[in-house]
Amino acid sequence: MTNTTNASREVLIKATGLRKSYEDFVAVNGIDFEVFKGESFGFLGPNGAGKSTTMRIIAATLTRSGGELTILGKDPQSNGPEIKAHLGVVPQADNLDNALTVEENLYIYGRYFGLPKNFIREKIEELLDFAQLMDKRSVKVEALSGGMKRRLTIARALVSEPEILMLDEPTTGLDPQARHILWDRLFRLKEQGVTLLITTHYMDEAEQLCDRIMVMDKGSIMAEDSPAGLIKKYSTREVLEVRFGSDRNYVVAPQLEVMADRIEVLPDRILLYAENGEALLHEMNEKGLHPVTSLVRRSSLEDVFLRLTGRTLVE
Amino acid sequence: MAYKPRQGSLKIVDVAQISRVGALSVTEARLRIMWKFAWSVGVTAALNPTLYMLSVGIGVGKLINAHSGSVDGVKYLTFLAPALLATAAIQNSMDEVVFPVLEGFKWTKSFFAINSTPVSARQIADGVLFAAILRTAFSVTIYGVVIYLFGGFTSGRGWVAIPLALFAGAAFGAFIMGIAVAAKNDDTFFMLLGRFVMMPLFLFSGTFYQLTTMPIFLRWIGWLSPLWHTTELGRYLTYGHHLSLAMVCVHVGYLIAMFGFGLRYAHQQFEKRLSK
Repeated sequence: MTNTTNASREVLIKATGLRKSYEDFVAVNGIDFEVFKGESFGFLGPNGAGKSTTMRIIAATLTRSGGELTILGKDPQSNGPEIKAHLGVVPQADNLDNALTVEENLYIYGRYFGLPKNFIREKIEELLDFAQLMDKRSVKVEALSGGMKRRLTIARALVSEPEILMLDEPTTGLDPQARHILWDRLFRLKEQGVTLLITTHYMDEAEQLCDRIMVMDKGSIMAEDSPAGLIKKYSTREVLEVRFGSDRNYVVAPQLEVMADRIEVLPDRILLYAENGEALLHEMNEKGLHPVTSLVRRSSLEDVFLRLTGRTLVE
Repeated sequence: MAYKPRQGSLKIVDVAQISRVGALSVTEARLRIMWKFAWSVGVTAALNPTLYMLSVGIGVGKLINAHSGSVDGVKYLTFLAPALLATAAIQNSMDEVVFPVLEGFKWTKSFFAINSTPVSARQIADGVLFAAILRTAFSVTIYGVVIYLFGGFTSGRGWVAIPLALFAGAAFGAFIMGIAVAAKNDDTFFMLLGRFVMMPLFLFSGTFYQLTTMPIFLRWIGWLSPLWHTTELGRYLTYGHHLSLAMVCVHVGYLIAMFGFGLRYAHQQFEKRLSK
């Protein structure tokens, strides 16, 4: 987060009372938010929270049911192509052209933006380098690994030098190594001042990549702040995780409640929120409570989400 | 060379230009994909008509010519040529819209990627159809050359059947494209299309004999078929098959209507599917 105040920053996306409802359910329930130029803004929430629906409304591929929305000062409902011209969209599932090579996928996508052939050819060199796919340029997409396809989809979205890059669950389904490579690439974009809009249900991803996070659940906003701000506001500095065995967790919980700022009893473990986890563990031992396992860690967004919704992010 | 946005999309993307010619970028992409299969496209385009000419045109034709001397006043190959061209055009354009539509909406979902760009849903449909028309133009031209080499065009007007067949291909392609968007199950769709659309059209549209030869209760298949309307017009234009002015108008009107309504339906289906 920069030191610049929000009031002086250029607003690229502004939503007021944004709503999307279908016949039998409400996917997005009147949410308000602003995204500023050059920031990395994340929608964090479990599957079905309304993150992807919100992204599709912003991307001008889904019409909203109510509320106001402007992107670069225009309403996507009435200016679809004008908005799409300045967005780079990375969908949840890679929708690349399997019959074409890596290079050709970048080329034809550039053509959809009406870009001149010479410009695209130059841009392809940059993007292949960025996506670490130089040696795969002539390989058909179907032969690429999941991580490579993901990087190519991101590179493809950058061919038109978009004002806003939208990434829907960018690392879902990738192995840890592929995730870290991707995070590194997205960090580089952030450094170059590209505005990023990310949906994720991975708290570590949100913490790593986002300047500001909007926590969503069941179509509504639960909280919005920087990762550190959210943790400070909704959790303690440390968390003590203890396991007494699935039968005993609920039995000992009342005794622990008085010792910590707050506790959460999960089926497999108990979370005790405190400023000093080690001191709390020591106190427990002194009172004759000896957990089978114990772990002291710093609070995370998972704890924030648990506090806000009473549920874990990935259930 | 690292990625570096130098100008930004606000400067380099011309939305007004895309609104005019965006469909051509989709056509360009389709042609690129077709080029990957150029060898098979070329061989099919040349081999199919050659085999037809040898078996039906010459083989069956010899039998018919020996038996009755001619059909509709001309030799059998001349009678058959407009129908074969129309069939080839319809089959080609159908293949070139159905497979991309299923691929774009179901298999790779690449149409959803294009829908994230300034290219509109209608332009995607137009681009796919135009690419199908280009591929069909290539195939029916080759077909026309083979027919010519086998002596199927007895008058100087024989070539007129080529653009006519192409228009029939475009009309049928537009219509089938809209239907393919709504296909829920690929296998069932292909089975239904092959068995209950293409095969009856091919057999009951006056392709190998005049429709009037058929019993009246089967002729309706021909009346509904773009193949029959195209074949009748083709025979009229190439060797002077008798048609009243009213029937000429009916045939032309049918094909224009099929193209117009087909394209409109395809546009609606593309827009509906891409905004779900």
